[in-house]
Amino acid sequence: MTQLALVIDLNVCVGCSACVTSCKEWNTSGSAGPLCDENPYGLNPTGTFFNRVQTFEIGQYPHSETLHFPKSCLHCEDPPCVPVCPTGASYKRKEDGIVLVDYDKCIGCKYCTWACPYGAREFDEKAKVMKKCTLCVDRIYDESMSEADRKPSCVKACPTSARLFGDIHDPESEVSQAIREDGGYALMPEWGTQPANHYLPRRKTKIKIHEDELERADNPLKVEGHLPKPGKDESSMDDASAW
Amino acid sequence: MKPAFSVIFLTTLIGAAQGLFLALFTHQSYALFGLLPMQSDDFYGYGSALALALLVGGLIASFFHLGRPERAWRSATQWRTSWLSREVIVLPAFMGVVFLFGASHLSGYRPEVVTLPGGQIVDLSTVLGVVGTLLAFALFICTAMIYACLRFLREWHSPLTVINYILMGGASGFVLAAFYAASAAPDQADFFAGWAIIITLLAFAGRWASLVRNARLKPKSTMQTAIGIKHPHIVQRSMGAMGGSFNTREFFHGKSGSFMRTIKPTFLILAFVLPLALLALGMLTPGLLGLAFVLQYVGLLAERWFFFAQANHPQNLYYQTIG
Repeated sequence: MTQLALVIDLNVCVGCSACVTSCKEWNTSGSAGPLCDENPYGLNPTGTFFNRVQTFEIGQYPHSETLHFPKSCLHCEDPPCVPVCPTGASYKRKEDGIVLVDYDKCIGCKYCTWACPYGAREFDEKAKVMKKCTLCVDRIYDESMSEADRKPSCVKACPTSARLFGDIHDPESEVSQAIREDGGYALMPEWGTQPANHYLPRRKTKIKIHEDELERADNPLKVEGHLPKPGKDESSMDDASAW
Repeated sequence: MKPAFSVIFLTTLIGAAQGLFLALFTHQSYALFGLLPMQSDDFYGYGSALALALLVGGLIASFFHLGRPERAWRSATQWRTSWLSREVIVLPAFMGVVFLFGASHLSGYRPEVVTLPGGQIVDLSTVLGVVGTLLAFALFICTAMIYACLRFLREWHSPLTVINYILMGGASGFVLAAFYAASAAPDQADFFAGWAIIITLLAFAGRWASLVRNARLKPKSTMQTAIGIKHPHIVQRSMGAMGGSFNTREFFHGKSGSFMRTIKPTFLILAFVLPLALLALGMLTPGLLGLAFVLQYVGLLAERWFFFAQANHPQNLYYQTIG
């Protein structure tokens, strides 16, 4: 069975929010209608987003690091938001594991958000229904697009390739390999929701260079000051004179 | 969580209605077996009408919680998995039975169904009363399980939630029944007031137990599990929104710590201590029973506000700093 998911590499995310804006742009322009914004140019702009980048400070100055943390629906394999929905508007697709909301069935009771420990769902205050990340279900199967474009908008937008997209149930997929080889982990594993989206941890890449490796031991020019002096009528160009 | 007044009124109004219906049918059952004098059809009939009025009030309040109330009928479809869907089915069913129970009494249409070996005649109203009693308890369980089934909200995820919904709804219903009886059948007020004292005491104990339990809860999710970084010092610097979001509006009650500390003793006094005192005095002065119901109802509104506000959702870990 297929389980599409995102794998987000915290090692390379720079917190530019390109995924946030491209997600908003794509999903506010689709046939499902706009994602509402209130006071977009006012003092307290607010609105519905499927994806947000949060920033955390890890450690205490001076031993601290800034972590940018993109968060969207994790498309849990055992999604707690789905069984509580009284109308069946919330559902998980069998064919690809995407958790979706049918905006035409949702009554806006917000019970699903109570059942999601990640705060992944956001209520649209104008459409009066619950909205959430669709993994760009209206992109990834659109055959009118070139194959390279059939990826979630956020994945396409990321300038550092911090977002990978694929089937985590296929052991040979790019995402499965990344989870396996780079220590991919799930958020809040204590609740047993089995999030499909995974995060790759910060990794310290270190290389030890010994002093003698910085110079060539057999460098013929190693002993300086012994270069032959050019004659008066010879070229004084260094490269020529050195030889 | 942010307490929604629609849900606060829904749960307290239907709780009182269920309790009132249970009180009326308890009395009718006692009377069936000759333990109490059977009252007139009007007593049970108009009592049921009062319960039905409260249920209608609760139902109307519940619609204010929906973004799309015109689609509310869809919410009856997922009864296999959703306690909310089950409540949506059981509430109208209970309302229907309360209506029929009252109508059976008020119209006097009470054909005999079966005669018990002791000679007691079980008529239609008794059968409806038994069905209504089962539905009343089913409704208490559905309403409470909506909250108790959410394992992330550990303040609610306890059998005490179900027990307390039954006891607090029962208490307010029996207090209301005592007040109703004091005006409609004064010699029966003691019976209802006696039960009201017992159930209010039990509800007080149950709510106290849940407060003690919740005070000892240790959060299961931490900043470390939320973002998967194993460092003891993690501080949020930005939540990804400058003007707040649904996540900052729906999951925080927005009141100060001192307000939370004040409302807890307030609801304990209003919902339990004062009604108990007034019920004890009300045995002698029936007028106090009405005051007991009003104070207890206000206390239960505050209790329900606190019930929602106290629940700390794990998503709040992601929404701590605007920046």
